[in-house]
Amino acid sequence: MKKKVCLYFQVHQPARLRLYRFFDIGKDSHYYDDFANRTILKRVVQKCYLPMNELLLEAIGKHNGDFKVSFSISGSALEQFERYAPEVIDSFKRLAETGCVEFLSETYYHSLASLSSPAEFKHQVEKHKAKIKELFDVDTTAFRNTELIYSDSIGSAVYDMGFKTMLTEGARHIMGWRSPNYVYSNDMQPDLKLLLRNYSLSDDIAFRFSNRAWEEYPLTAEKYCSWLNAAEGDIVNLFMDYETFGEHQDAFCGIFDFMKALPDVLLGNGNFEFVTPSQASSELEPVGDLSVPEAISWADEERDVTAWLGNSLQKDAFNKLYHLTEKLSIIDDPVLWSDFGHLQESDHLYYMCTKFFSDGEIHKRFNPYDTPYEAFINYMNVLSDFIIRVNERC
Amino acid sequence: MRVLMFGWEFPPHIAGGLGTACEGIVKGLAYNGVETLFVMPSASGDEDQSATTIINASDVAVDTVDTDIDSFMDKVQFMRVGTNLVPYVDPEHFEEIVEKERLRENKEFRIRYGQKYKFSGKYGENLMEEVARYALVGGTIASSRAGEFDVIHAHDWLTYLAGIAAKRASGKPLVVHVHATSFDRSSNGDIDTRVYAIERKGMEEADRVVTVSDLTRNIVINKYGINPEKVVTVHNAVDFAGKESVSVERGVKDKVVTFLGRITSQKGPEYFIEAAAKVIKRTKGVRFVMAGSGDMMNRCIRHVARLGISDRFHFTGFLKGAEVQKMFALSDVYIMPSVSEPFGISPLEAMRTNVPSIISKQSGAAEVLKYAFKVDFWDIDAMADDIYALLQYPALAEFASNEGYDEVNRLKWNEATAKLKKVYESVI
Repeated sequence: MKKKVCLYFQVHQPARLRLYRFFDIGKDSHYYDDFANRTILKRVVQKCYLPMNELLLEAIGKHNGDFKVSFSISGSALEQFERYAPEVIDSFKRLAETGCVEFLSETYYHSLASLSSPAEFKHQVEKHKAKIKELFDVDTTAFRNTELIYSDSIGSAVYDMGFKTMLTEGARHIMGWRSPNYVYSNDMQPDLKLLLRNYSLSDDIAFRFSNRAWEEYPLTAEKYCSWLNAAEGDIVNLFMDYETFGEHQDAFCGIFDFMKALPDVLLGNGNFEFVTPSQASSELEPVGDLSVPEAISWADEERDVTAWLGNSLQKDAFNKLYHLTEKLSIIDDPVLWSDFGHLQESDHLYYMCTKFFSDGEIHKRFNPYDTPYEAFINYMNVLSDFIIRVNERC
Repeated sequence: MRVLMFGWEFPPHIAGGLGTACEGIVKGLAYNGVETLFVMPSASGDEDQSATTIINASDVAVDTVDTDIDSFMDKVQFMRVGTNLVPYVDPEHFEEIVEKERLRENKEFRIRYGQKYKFSGKYGENLMEEVARYALVGGTIASSRAGEFDVIHAHDWLTYLAGIAAKRASGKPLVVHVHATSFDRSSNGDIDTRVYAIERKGMEEADRVVTVSDLTRNIVINKYGINPEKVVTVHNAVDFAGKESVSVERGVKDKVVTFLGRITSQKGPEYFIEAAAKVIKRTKGVRFVMAGSGDMMNRCIRHVARLGISDRFHFTGFLKGAEVQKMFALSDVYIMPSVSEPFGISPLEAMRTNVPSIISKQSGAAEVLKYAFKVDFWDIDAMADDIYALLQYPALAEFASNEGYDEVNRLKWNEATAKLKKVYESVI
């Protein structure tokens, strides 16, 4: 049997908040930094989304359906595309039409709802599913949660929503001696199959590719192919941010050339076949079940949720926000609900992370704030205004 | 390793922060196995000598140690005390000091060799004369104790001439330590050129220049033209031993936001007032306190009155000793909006009392305090926002208080002086 290679790319852009002073509370309820959001999106569109989509489209055409990829695009990102760069939606539509691209389900707002409110979690998953259907005319069958956050109970909830396949991290502390290169099943729902990210091989591309100090630099498709050959197991899951291509790893370091060569080399080698998550899940049987009582994710060394809920600031902001779910449930106001959704984006909590030292560098790269304090204060000022608006309606 | 160190004061009798820093440094050096001979102009005998040997310059008879002493003296003879010169004394005394010095100008100024001189060891009146005489004593000590030390270390411009004299007399390397520069003492760029000249001479003659922050390091490099390669930053630390927190009962339920320090333009008191007005406009149950005194105090009182916030904004006047601790204990937020601050130890003391601190980015302390809130001194909107957040979001105040407390307790002189030891080793 050929070894399966499963590529999944995450597409997300948060609604970054504007500088919101306490003087604004109760006076101005526009929360977003439209300029920054548009500027950043336009840049990433030019550097990553359009050229990379084009590259994948060509590769799919070239290999007559043997090259397959999958995407998860957050609702927040889709909204920005619709507003600032509709050509990206068209480009994804063309990819969808090839039949070689699977679109995954996730929470519409790239949120942490799965950790707090089952009702809100379900609401967002359904909202996202409907959006994907509307734009790309496909029904999603596999699920990936925000930042690959997963636990036994989250998996169970996802199964209850009708998904048979879920993606998560092959976290070392969960896997122990086991390899991520097999399909596993949920501890509580044996029918939910789990695909686990091979973090080492994924990060070789996503993080180390352009690092000149890395002993394997420069990485070629041939070398990478030999590593995949050496990897044991049925399937290698390469999950990464789509922005890796052209944004995190700059075009001049050769990342596009690498990705262009990779399908040629792997398919030419004869030992590999590309699969989408749902296809992998239908073709492979689980080798065992995984017990994950505490939530894991793909972030940081810890591979847990401490990047978003690690300190008391993050927990306070998170609790204050989700405290509103009950009140909001009786309010029918799309504007309020849209703001509620955008305030749930995990990025806002990520900016408040105080893990200065270990992963500070990575956190910094995606952080518009100088300090976690600034992030917290700005967010809480916005939230204070939002709470006033909610209370006015109750 | 042994160090001949020149300071100006040493606890318990201190007028400013320099003495406290010197005590922390000699204790930290002792911990790192470095012996110090600490020279000061006027020792009173009750200094803690467990970590160092104190030499009282007033007990040292000066002999002609330097053949160049005449020309040396010519240079310093005509220096006089000017308004902005005195660094560590309360501004109220400035005028008085200047007046006295004017009277002294006419008096004969003469060094009698082979005699002892009774230093005051204070900051004022005949400061320049004392600085010059201190240099002579420095040379004398260095030549008479030449075998007893490996390196010379001089703290701030008052002791630089002594350091230079000691270097010339003994041939041992000199390290000067910049705790503040003339530019930190001036409000509008007008600096005392004679002090500047001494500072620059000290830095030029030194084998290494130690600065208390990168901010000060940049000033030394850019405004004194010192070769960057020999300027090293060793951030200050703080020794909290013996400073147990006091508990006080609050008279008012309101939250208290405190500014504590000299009320002079370089401390940025007016930015604090403007930020306070913004917060008061939107928030109830908060009071602002400006503790300290200084040449801008009356102007600040008028400023507060003009903004119509006098019922919520209070002045305490000069606080001393235990009153300072009490003020910290009464505070919910501490703020140091300094326009220019070589280091600034007060936020560390506030954080040690569990008070979250907002400090300006233009302070050396901002380079080491991760858990302090940092704003540009002129950004009163950001300042107001931080104050508001600390008052309104308990999770933030609690987090900043806990993390800040742990952070300042980690800033130990033992680590700072280990760096200092490396500086010594690089020149010996």
